Amino acid sequence: MTTSIAVFSSIVYILVLFLIAYYADAKARQGKSIVNNPYTYALSLAVYCTAWTFYGSVGKAASLGGLTFLTIYIGPVLIAPLWIFIVKKIILISKSQRITSIADFISSRYGKSTTLGIIVTLIAVIGIIPYISIQLKAINSSSSILAYQSDWLGDLLDGSAFYLEKAFLIAVILTIFTILFGARHLDPNERHEGLIAAIAFESIWKLVAFLAIGIFVTFGVYGGFEDLFSQAYQDEELSKIFSINDSGIESWSWSWLIILSMSAIMLLPRQFHVMVVENTDPKFVEKAAWLFPLYLLLINIFVIPIACGGLLHFPNGQVEPDNFVLSLPLYYGNDLLALFVYLGGLSAATGMVIVAVIALSIMISNNLVMPVLIQTSLIKESAKKDLSKTLINIRRVSIVMVMLLAYIYFKYVSTEYPLVSIGLISFTAIAQFLPVVIGGLYWKNATRKGAIAALLSGFFIWAITLGWPTMADAGLFSPYTIENGYFGISFLKPFALMGMDGTDHVAHSAFWSLLINVFVFITVSLNTKQRQIEITQADLFVDIEKYTQTGGDFEVVKRKAKLDEIKELMYRFLGRESGKKVLKGFAKTRKIDLSKMENANAEIINFAETHLAGAIGAASAKIVLKSVVKEDSISLEEMLSILDRTQEVIQYSKELEKKSKELQATTSQLKTANKRLKALDELKADFVTTVTHELRTPITSIKSLSKIIYDNEDLSTEKRGEYLSIVVRESERITRLINQVLDLEKVQSEAAEVKKEKIDFNDLVQKTSHGLEEILNQKGITYDFNFPEGVLKTLGDFDRLTQVVLNILSNAIKFCDDENGKINLSLEKDNKMITLKISDNGDGIKLENQQLIFEKFTQLSSQKLGKPKGSGLGLFICKEILRQHNGEIFVESKEGEGATFVIKIPSLN
Amino acid sequence: MSEETKKVLLVDDEPNILVAIEFLMEQNGFVVEKAYNGEEALAKAKVFQPEIIVLDVMMPGMDGFEVARILRNTPSSSEVKIIFLTAKGTEADKINGYSKGGDIYLTKPFNNDELVMVVSELAEYG
Repeated sequence: MTTSIAVFSSIVYILVLFLIAYYADAKARQGKSIVNNPYTYALSLAVYCTAWTFYGSVGKAASLGGLTFLTIYIGPVLIAPLWIFIVKKIILISKSQRITSIADFISSRYGKSTTLGIIVTLIAVIGIIPYISIQLKAINSSSSILAYQSDWLGDLLDGSAFYLEKAFLIAVILTIFTILFGARHLDPNERHEGLIAAIAFESIWKLVAFLAIGIFVTFGVYGGFEDLFSQAYQDEELSKIFSINDSGIESWSWSWLIILSMSAIMLLPRQFHVMVVENTDPKFVEKAAWLFPLYLLLINIFVIPIACGGLLHFPNGQVEPDNFVLSLPLYYGNDLLALFVYLGGLSAATGMVIVAVIALSIMISNNLVMPVLIQTSLIKESAKKDLSKTLINIRRVSIVMVMLLAYIYFKYVSTEYPLVSIGLISFTAIAQFLPVVIGGLYWKNATRKGAIAALLSGFFIWAITLGWPTMADAGLFSPYTIENGYFGISFLKPFALMGMDGTDHVAHSAFWSLLINVFVFITVSLNTKQRQIEITQADLFVDIEKYTQTGGDFEVVKRKAKLDEIKELMYRFLGRESGKKVLKGFAKTRKIDLSKMENANAEIINFAETHLAGAIGAASAKIVLKSVVKEDSISLEEMLSILDRTQEVIQYSKELEKKSKELQATTSQLKTANKRLKALDELKADFVTTVTHELRTPITSIKSLSKIIYDNEDLSTEKRGEYLSIVVRESERITRLINQVLDLEKVQSEAAEVKKEKIDFNDLVQKTSHGLEEILNQKGITYDFNFPEGVLKTLGDFDRLTQVVLNILSNAIKFCDDENGKINLSLEKDNKMITLKISDNGDGIKLENQQLIFEKFTQLSSQKLGKPKGSGLGLFICKEILRQHNGEIFVESKEGEGATFVIKIPSLN
Repeated sequence: MSEETKKVLLVDDEPNILVAIEFLMEQNGFVVEKAYNGEEALAKAKVFQPEIIVLDVMMPGMDGFEVARILRNTPSSSEVKIIFLTAKGTEADKINGYSKGGDIYLTKPFNNDELVMVVSELAEYG
């Protein structure tokens, strides 16, 4: 393939990006966003996968790093489920505070500190520039490999002058693209829909391209995974590629690399930008939390197969492993596929460069340049000038500067290192933000001084263990210290601090820098006091959910300003047009008329501050506002009175809450009581109705039959006798009923005071059953009574328990078989209970009735008797009595096979 | 009293009450059939085809109201005269009884003469 085809294809590809970005921007202006969905959001997060992923993963795997390349993806996958808490919270905070970068976030959290903004920006720039430069390196080397046939353009771009180098040209084109779509106008929210659309497109392209080369190698060159892997296994060296243990990197280093990548996925300036700043809906995070890991899985599937393929084809190192992805299709003469794959690598690299440069330029202009400019007289003097143009120009210059620095680094340092190493060096620098960000989100006592000290010390350790020695390794400085330690002290060897030798350089640096960072952060925070604004911001960040719900915050500093001056300030920094628009929107939602107001109240000042923060950073906005806002710090007296009032209110509301809880409890108790009363009332009414019915029935026969006897003197003696005997029986029935109702009443009212004495239950049952033997003999019923030896002691009322046994025995007599009646009685005791069983050989009791018979007024009619003789209260009374003795009574029966009544009562030892 | 003999079906789960009513009915020239529960009453009504049914309400199983409802919905017995004879004696019970298809509602304990009179009247004039 010729140079001109390669270069023109690259240009066409970037033109396509321009078109997509332009189209998305145009749509956004019409209010039809094409990026406002979770899928585009998840794709934009894939800007994480750079040329490092595209070329470097295979490179790392093939240089016998084994599965180490995976750590960079395992971290994000592990942390992704937690995004729902952490990232969502960061997004909520950032949207409410109009935070536009990671530097702004940290600065804002710690009292809108200018110093912190500057520190974070510097760390980010120093950490990320090498990372950008390796993307240029990847583009440069991949295009050289692709264009193996040099033609006129190849002769022209011979690198004889820097402007005749492919990497330089690419850098220039990317700068133009970034300025056009990242810094065309000033958006207070820093949202760039065109840019995000282009990034999402690039994410798709690089994934498809990588899958394409993977499929080509696995299925085109070889006969599928099995064929490829079996060939690789036969090579002793090559088989190490599948192993974690043989990678020469132990689990200690693995863990640190995973921690680094966990922090990188959220805190790298470009990741923070796409994840937080460009986010349009916090809910998207939930989908992205599984879509993004899926993307990572797909793009890693073919890494090992391609590495194996490359090593099998180029076993003698004639091709650098980083270039396998491109060299394989070229080797097989498939130039078209090679071009496609090259463009995939280009998309991975350009995506990273564009977003990283924009993110850095926002930080540089808002957190580095603006605070300096504002504090010098430069801006104060040109007070009336519209500064929005100046701001956008600062932004553009920052973009050019970053790109230039990256190019310079590429020229002089990065050519010495493989892609992966430099990426990890950047990760370690960025990981220094992790403690202050997580602490800032969840620990209110973290102070500004703690954060500054933590970042400086962590970064310092990074610089001496990775930053500086890397440059020395590259030959920029003398390697003396690497071998002998700083100042010649062996304990201070850059790659082996405190004699910690033999670990991976990156893990070594990550361990020491984060250890010191966290230690300093906590110690200094615990020993320093927060200023007022730090307390307010800490509250706001940690309890953001509360603030987004209630909306207001507690003003401790009274701020006053002339409205005109506030307006003027907004026009200057946002531009007259957009400034007016923003204020108009504010007036409309709050339903206030700004034209009639002279003084700006706290609400307007806060509003102006957050909007200015979007344009120039939180710290700068605070400084700018100070020039027009008079801050009356509240006097001690006022403060105390406010606190008193608040205390009172809190106290009062606590009491109210307590009272209302008590009331609720009482109400629910009353409700329950009422329900129980109602139920009891119904039971009582039922009882009365039933008793009345039970009384009326015998009275009906008695009344009617007596009248018949009275009216009919000529009645036959037989009839008269029959009727009179019915009258007598029914009268007895009434008497029995009345007695039992009275008995029941007595049993129930005595419930609390049933007299319990030590009694011998064995004796009780024996006496009762002996009393019945005469009747049993009369009726010809055979019986078998089994009593144990000795005494069965229990606590109870002798008379009541006798009543129970008598009742059950009488029932057995009543219901047992007419012809061959048989009754068994057994009494036994285990360690806790005395059990009495009385069984008959009558008709038995149906299962569904076995509980029912113990209820009031339930009688089972027996076929042969027509109607049982009884009130229907007997068993209920038995149950009540046993309940009072902590015992129980139940029946076991099968229909047609008799019934066994079981009585259990606690035994007394 | 009508020339032809009228048939009365007596339904009650209390045999002793049936003894009394049976005597009263037979003494006044009615042909009597007895049933001790709802199901039995429906079966006997079909075969016996009574002009009048004296029906208790509170019975185990199917109660009197249900028996009345089924009788009214069966073509062969839809015209039968139904006298509820029950211990349920409140106004509400009576109204309920009439709404269930009863012609007369008497409460227990009943007056012998009243019962005889009511049955005879119903038998003669409908």
